Amino acid sequence: MTKQLLTLNVNGESRTVAAEPHHTLLEVLREELQLTGTKHGCELGECGACTVLVDGVAVLSCLTLPMQVGDAIVTTVEGLADAGAGAPGREARKLHPLQTAFAEEGAAQCGYCTPGMLMSAKALLDGNPSPTRDDMAQAISGNLCRCTGYTAIYEAIDSAARMARGG
Amino acid sequence: MAELSVLGKRLPKVNSWAHLTGSAKYADDLFLPRMLYGRLLRSTQAHARITKLDVSRALAHPGVVAIVTGPDMPETIGIMPSVQDETALAIDRVRYVGEPVAAIAAIDEDTAFEAMSLIDVEYDPLPPILTIEDALREDLPKIHEKSRRANIFKEVHLSFGDLDAGFASADHMRDDWFFFEGNTHAPIESHSAVASFEGDGKLTIWTCTQVPHYLHRELEKALGLPRAKIRVVATPSGGGFGGKSDPFAHEFAACLLSMRTKRPVKITLDREEVFYAHRGRHPVKMRIKTGVKQDGEITAVHFQSWLDGGAYSSYGIATTYYTGALMTVTYRIPAYKFDGVRVYTNKPPCGPKRGHGTTQPRYALECQLDKIAVDLGFDALEYRKRILQPANSRTVNELRITSMGLGQCLDELGAKTKYSERHGQLPRGKGVGIAGSAYISGAGLPIYWNEMPHSGATVKLDRGGGVTVYCGTAEIGQGSDNMLASVAAECLGVRPEDVHVVSGDTSLAPVDLGSYSSRVTFMAGNAVKDAAWKLREWLLDAASERLAIPRECLVPADRRITDLRDPEQFVTFDDAVVLAEAKHGTLSAAGSYRPPQGIGGGYKGAGVGPSPAYSFQASVAEVSVDLETGVVTVDRITTAHDCGRALSPANVEGQIEGSAYMGYGEIMGEEQVFRGGLHKKPSLLDYKIPTSLDTPELEAIIVETIDKEGPFGAKEAGEGPLNSVIPAIANAVYDAIGVRFDETPITADKVLAALGKRDNRGMPKDRIGPEGMGDGQEAANAALRRLSFTTEAREKKKANA
Repeated sequence: MTKQLLTLNVNGESRTVAAEPHHTLLEVLREELQLTGTKHGCELGECGACTVLVDGVAVLSCLTLPMQVGDAIVTTVEGLADAGAGAPGREARKLHPLQTAFAEEGAAQCGYCTPGMLMSAKALLDGNPSPTRDDMAQAISGNLCRCTGYTAIYEAIDSAARMARGG
Repeated sequence: MAELSVLGKRLPKVNSWAHLTGSAKYADDLFLPRMLYGRLLRSTQAHARITKLDVSRALAHPGVVAIVTGPDMPETIGIMPSVQDETALAIDRVRYVGEPVAAIAAIDEDTAFEAMSLIDVEYDPLPPILTIEDALREDLPKIHEKSRRANIFKEVHLSFGDLDAGFASADHMRDDWFFFEGNTHAPIESHSAVASFEGDGKLTIWTCTQVPHYLHRELEKALGLPRAKIRVVATPSGGGFGGKSDPFAHEFAACLLSMRTKRPVKITLDREEVFYAHRGRHPVKMRIKTGVKQDGEITAVHFQSWLDGGAYSSYGIATTYYTGALMTVTYRIPAYKFDGVRVYTNKPPCGPKRGHGTTQPRYALECQLDKIAVDLGFDALEYRKRILQPANSRTVNELRITSMGLGQCLDELGAKTKYSERHGQLPRGKGVGIAGSAYISGAGLPIYWNEMPHSGATVKLDRGGGVTVYCGTAEIGQGSDNMLASVAAECLGVRPEDVHVVSGDTSLAPVDLGSYSSRVTFMAGNAVKDAAWKLREWLLDAASERLAIPRECLVPADRRITDLRDPEQFVTFDDAVVLAEAKHGTLSAAGSYRPPQGIGGGYKGAGVGPSPAYSFQASVAEVSVDLETGVVTVDRITTAHDCGRALSPANVEGQIEGSAYMGYGEIMGEEQVFRGGLHKKPSLLDYKIPTSLDTPELEAIIVETIDKEGPFGAKEAGEGPLNSVIPAIANAVYDAIGVRFDETPITADKVLAALGKRDNRGMPKDRIGPEGMGDGQEAANAALRRLSFTTEAREKKKANA
């Protein structure tokens, strides 16, 4: 099939790529833009490993066609650190509180669900700075983790929320 | 020993940052120049002869570069050298739906996918064998010609102590049947490998394997390329759990396709293929006969297991022995007999899953102990404490027990959960259950029996104060890289984040046998400690000379070597490295570990079970059963685990919680089940692994016993805690509704049937589980007669000889 030109706004950069129109956002991110931080676990919308943010909403990139995205803002795990930083012009990339908290709480074991988990968690915290355990469970219910039993993930989201609130 | 500066502290894993920023490179994240994409064509038949396999149309398809089939790799391969019974791709015959038949390399994945339908395959179907009972009975067809009787892969009969006398002296007997359904690992990362054959005749494969060393051996065999020309790199694994510890078709195919095309080739399995690749938990039917005295003391146990192995051997010999081997390590058993039978069936091969072979019998034993406690009117927690196998002892099957913390685990659990106060006291529909367990800290013998170390490590120090650890371990998410960095840092007095780790690379790092049998912390931990300790001695010598302070007064910590008596007197780590290098030359040291001799028996079959140390654990589960819908909700699981010493407490808790989660999934619904050889639920939508909304509250309690042979006292933490969770839940359901679940999984359907609410007859049951072999009583008796006949004949023959 013939490739078509496509412009995406990803992690604050406008990127034009040639991609086959039936290829998913997941494929274009990983294979055309080398953003391999976003993972695929099933490519059927069942596991959540491919979760990215489109205009701040957590979506499954394996079920999204780039054409549908248009000029919306796409954020992947590679853009999370910047998204957590202060004003532009700063010197170093600062980690997002979620990244720091996931490391401190041991919330990433094999790390494969982690990029998707982080994006779902960010969508949650952006809309709800003080989520309850139930809010967290709901927010990550589409992100399967086979390693942790989710306990450390809740603790990390909770800790990140406190960090973000400055507590 | 001075206070530890790194171990036992809550520090982030050294490899967390790669995971959290998206920079970790899993196998499927590798894109090499000129890389081709491969797909495997898989059998659509459960059992058939291949009568035609013509790839010419597919090969002519634009964009297809190469195709390989079974005859291209005719050598038999397999993880266990004594029972290799498969080839990299099927030759002439397929034995399960999903068995790889051919592999295509094309310029992109879409083209490879299209070309699959252009391969012409014709099959001549053979009758499939799909159940344990059929496999025991049917002599024809044979799935493997090597089976001497029916479709039996392996039969094991072991006897220890005086069984007859044991049963004769019992005041109370139980004879119970159980069935444990098969299930699979379902890692979130599907299997993936990239192979690259270069112009110099050397081959590199990057693959998410748990066993780079064993894969190395099998690649040599299948490809006919000397091992010295092959480099296996275990990439970070997106979940293993035992599911990536066999050599797989896609690994061989990617290598051969790369050798043929002289281009890199990637093959990544899709989700459905992962379910057919399997090598997971065996379905096992079990019978336990146990005799006890009036005070509960066990007098004898006779355990029988029948394992449904699927189409190939995989780890099946070890699995069969493991169903019997560890029954003796938790509670005193003076007489023990074990009969194990593993059969071939036309389903994806079963293999090791977390708790390998011990999970099913542990479930059966702990459920039976719960019944004995009820029969004799004992508190199930206190009862277990009374019959514990002591520390520093030998079991009846000659396993050496060193540190043993099951008693402490039970005490901690009792205090935390108030089990004894609540059991039997909760309203109908609410229940609490307990169970204990044990697991090995690495197998005492390697898969290839030899005298070499099980684990080796090299530590190198550079002039800038850098520390690099090289070790062949596979990082599968369990935290092995962090363990290596932390142990080296503790020995040398630096921080874990200062250490570079090069792991899982057969060319760069010394051999470690792999991430299986919970061996890595114990064995690689000892190896890296051995290596780093040698360098520590040199650094202490250098510092002692410089400061003119006796070396026994010096301690390395926080990048300094300091006088214990006066913290102002110190040499920095970087300076000590320069001083030591000036004195000794390049600073590099190797270390290794091999388990001690004499930790098991000398009988045939004694190779499975011995371990340099055993972990112990116990769980309490709290459940609510909806009496109208049959839905069981597990509200909370608390697990106490004796890990020797927690080198990284956060990681140990993560392993305990993750094990509890996986055990919960196994008993509450996961099943690897088939209809006519076709998987009933080969997707994550149908094969329901627990989501955040399903998962109970999980609590982990660390119990430390400081094992005398473990690295800084550590034992395993990754597998044992799964075992105790499963029977604890079954026992809790009994407490809630008075129904014994002697088979897994416990589904709402079965609960409703037990409550008499599934049909209009309304006949409640007090037990769900097998009555014997087969579906009905008649078949059961026939199968039993056949088995006992064989066993008796064998024993008679032995006596006559």
